[in-house]
Amino acid sequence: MSSTAITPSPLPLGRRAKRFMADRPLIPLIILLVILVVILQILRPGIVNERWIANTIKFAIPLAILAGCQTMTMLTGGIDLSVGTVATMSAFIMATQIVNQDPAVAFLLAMMPAVLIGLVNGIGVGVFRVHPLIMTLGTTLIGTGCLQVYQRTVIASGAKIPDFLAWLGTGVTPMLGFALPNALLLFVPLAALIVFTLARTGFGRLLYAVGDNERATRLSGVQYWQVITALYVTSSLLAGITGLLYIGLIKAPSLSLAEPLVLPSVAAAVIGGTSIFGGRGGYTGTIIGALILTVLTTLLTILQMPEGARRILFGLIVLFVTAAYLRIVEDK
Amino acid sequence: MNHFLRRQGWVTGLFALLIVLFIATKIIQPGYGSGDFGSLARAVLPYAFAVAAQTVVVIAGGIDLSVAAMMALTSVTAASMMAGASEEYALFVVPFVLAMGFVLGAFNGLLIVVTRVPDIVVTLAMLFVLQGAALLVLGAPGGGAAEWLKALISGTVPIPGLPAAIDAWLPKALLVLIVCLCVIWIPLRRSRLGLSIYAIGSSELAAFRSGVPVARTRVIAYALSGLFAAMGGLALTMSTGIGAPIPGPYLLASVAAVVLGGVALGGGKGGLLGPIVAVFVLRLVRTDLTLLAIDPNVTAIIEGAIMVAVVMFGAFITMRGRQ
Repeated sequence: MSSTAITPSPLPLGRRAKRFMADRPLIPLIILLVILVVILQILRPGIVNERWIANTIKFAIPLAILAGCQTMTMLTGGIDLSVGTVATMSAFIMATQIVNQDPAVAFLLAMMPAVLIGLVNGIGVGVFRVHPLIMTLGTTLIGTGCLQVYQRTVIASGAKIPDFLAWLGTGVTPMLGFALPNALLLFVPLAALIVFTLARTGFGRLLYAVGDNERATRLSGVQYWQVITALYVTSSLLAGITGLLYIGLIKAPSLSLAEPLVLPSVAAAVIGGTSIFGGRGGYTGTIIGALILTVLTTLLTILQMPEGARRILFGLIVLFVTAAYLRIVEDK
Repeated sequence: MNHFLRRQGWVTGLFALLIVLFIATKIIQPGYGSGDFGSLARAVLPYAFAVAAQTVVVIAGGIDLSVAAMMALTSVTAASMMAGASEEYALFVVPFVLAMGFVLGAFNGLLIVVTRVPDIVVTLAMLFVLQGAALLVLGAPGGGAAEWLKALISGTVPIPGLPAAIDAWLPKALLVLIVCLCVIWIPLRRSRLGLSIYAIGSSELAAFRSGVPVARTRVIAYALSGLFAAMGGLALTMSTGIGAPIPGPYLLASVAAVVLGGVALGGGKGGLLGPIVAVFVLRLVRTDLTLLAIDPNVTAIIEGAIMVAVVMFGAFITMRGRQ
């Protein structure tokens, strides 16, 4: 950063390009996304059309919101592995309670476990200083157990997907000659709110501060446990909302609905340039990271590889992208 | 004395807890005998190796999310190699699989050292890679295991001169576990390498400045973790007779037992004994809950709650100690 003021001699082009990208970390990510889409188009000409884009966005949104939970917790040096269980719980409760209850009541019931788990996570991490990884793994276990017990009680009443959620999850609205997924109605304000919170509000700055230097933050009078509790409750609420959106997209309530999204959500945040040690990162990168992972999944599906090979490639690419990205950004 | 208690207090407490649990088990089920203890030891075996794998890495200041996937891969490799093969062939399979675990673990460590990507991310990516590799080796549960391998962990150890009643309380599985862990852990703990592993976990910078080869030590720590995970995979194949490509619940359990066993997640503290006792405690709790005829789903809730409560309690104690 400090060397930008004086540039003694013109640098070679490669170095200049590298520095340009290091100053704008989003650019290499967008380039990667475009490259992936181009590869897709070459492999299967004509696949990249309006419908495909809408579908990609639909599937990327739940991942992006969950990755938002990871981004915010990772900024403080934590991680929230309970998002998958929380999302599954709220989705499952919504789908089963809507049968007999008023939608508003069902919604409140669906959000209740999210708040509870977030609160427990926050108190465990903030007050008792348990490692976030352990704390959220523990609440994941408890949550999964509760969900299984709950499932027994509602097995007779059945489940249905509320029309509104199906509309939100899968529907598209033609607008300006382009089919926009309805999920964007939820996601755009949400994403704007997260970006705004992180960049412009006191709470957002506190998250960065806590992750950067916890001791200094506490010495300057910040109530650490309040910040952390608020953070984990927010994260859980976001995960709960994701669950409602995701059930509208998948339309089949199950006990492991959002579980497969957990590890990719961590990967999306990391690819998007958020440091897992805290203090550095942002949400815009994460959104692009989620898009990259979604396109990547499509790409690997289209290649018609066996499931095993697909997972191997997925892992290797995540690793490679993260390593390359670190090289670019840290090389100052 | 105070120093000793602070160092060993946690493990002593765990042992006491284990004994209390055994007494509780005996009260719940008066018929609980040596046979049940044998099946407990067999059930613990894969968990214990997973925990050992996690412990080495955590002491070195890292974490390994790929433990369960590594076990799945080594298990299916062993099972598919031994399927339909002769008994003698297994003599070659066992060292091969162990070497495979060692190399893959070292690869984990090398990736972390070379790419400088955080260990959580590297092992997360490796989780996908190893899982995928396991699916490529064996698409569905199958394969086989040599009879002598299966016999290695079933039944008890006959010791001449001891009455059969005591003999019955020494299952072969327990002996296999103790021998495998001791052969690696005790020399390691006493060697320079073991000291280096603790040093880099305690403070990487201080270790580096005192001349510890940090990168090499880290790679070896992950390699040892891979070796333990391969033992876990073999234990899976030995106890089930087949290999399954889908990783079991060993990742979560290993992290839980490591923490319960008094190994600090920051690294540099703790030993192998604590986590292994913790595994027995966790398994025995599960046995007790099953004996009490509690819904297995409720068991999951209780297990999670115990884990969270213990960890909170431990963190609380550490905080009080620091003040």
